[in-house]
Amino acid sequence: MNIRLYLWQRGTAALLAPLVLVHIAVIFYATRQGLSAADVLSRTHDSIVWASYYALFVAAVSIHASIGLRNILAEWSPLTPRAADWFAIMFGVLLAMLGARAIYAVVLA
Amino acid sequence: MSTGLIAHRGSVLWIAAMIHRLSGLGLAVFLPFHFLALGLAIDSNAKLESFLRWTDQPWVKLSESGLVFLLIVHLLGGLRVLVIENMDWRDGQKQLATLAAAAAAVVAFIFLVRVF
Repeated sequence: MNIRLYLWQRGTAALLAPLVLVHIAVIFYATRQGLSAADVLSRTHDSIVWASYYALFVAAVSIHASIGLRNILAEWSPLTPRAADWFAIMFGVLLAMLGARAIYAVVLA
Repeated sequence: MSTGLIAHRGSVLWIAAMIHRLSGLGLAVFLPFHFLALGLAIDSNAKLESFLRWTDQPWVKLSESGLVFLLIVHLLGGLRVLVIENMDWRDGQKQLATLAAAAAAVVAFIFLVRVF
């Protein structure tokens, strides 16, 4: 891992830490009386706060996970470093797209 | 492989690093499906509701508590790495790593008890 990827990996980790803590709290809150679509969507629908929170989460996790995956592929798989790079980039883009779609679904749709 | 190269693999901190890596891999595999599930709300609330009722099955709840464990153990393991790299060295790293795994297991168990 070069220095640029290292800094992105650790920077997104530091950003994700408080976001994950909030997410865990939301998981426990949301499941206190069973999870329902109505409950979830009533919290998130048209909420700029939740949209911003999840947008930050999706952006950070897409970068963090794709760099982590790249490291694992480079060290554990027979892929060449270049192939591992491309696989990780595609995974990161896929995560970002699916994450953006999920935010649209629970906030705007 | 010579025993000299794999002797460290019994170390608590090597196991902690491996758990951190594997928990991250598990979360990376899960995330696309998590996003796809939330995306069901694009079509209709009923589709998301139908999926959530499917998750009421005991084995799904058990799997969810496993994911909570992965999330927390990865969070705490990552915080340990950030602290080691950015602050003065502190003794007791093995105890901290064990504590992180134990805390994750306790929170995952509490989650499991609450959802059943």
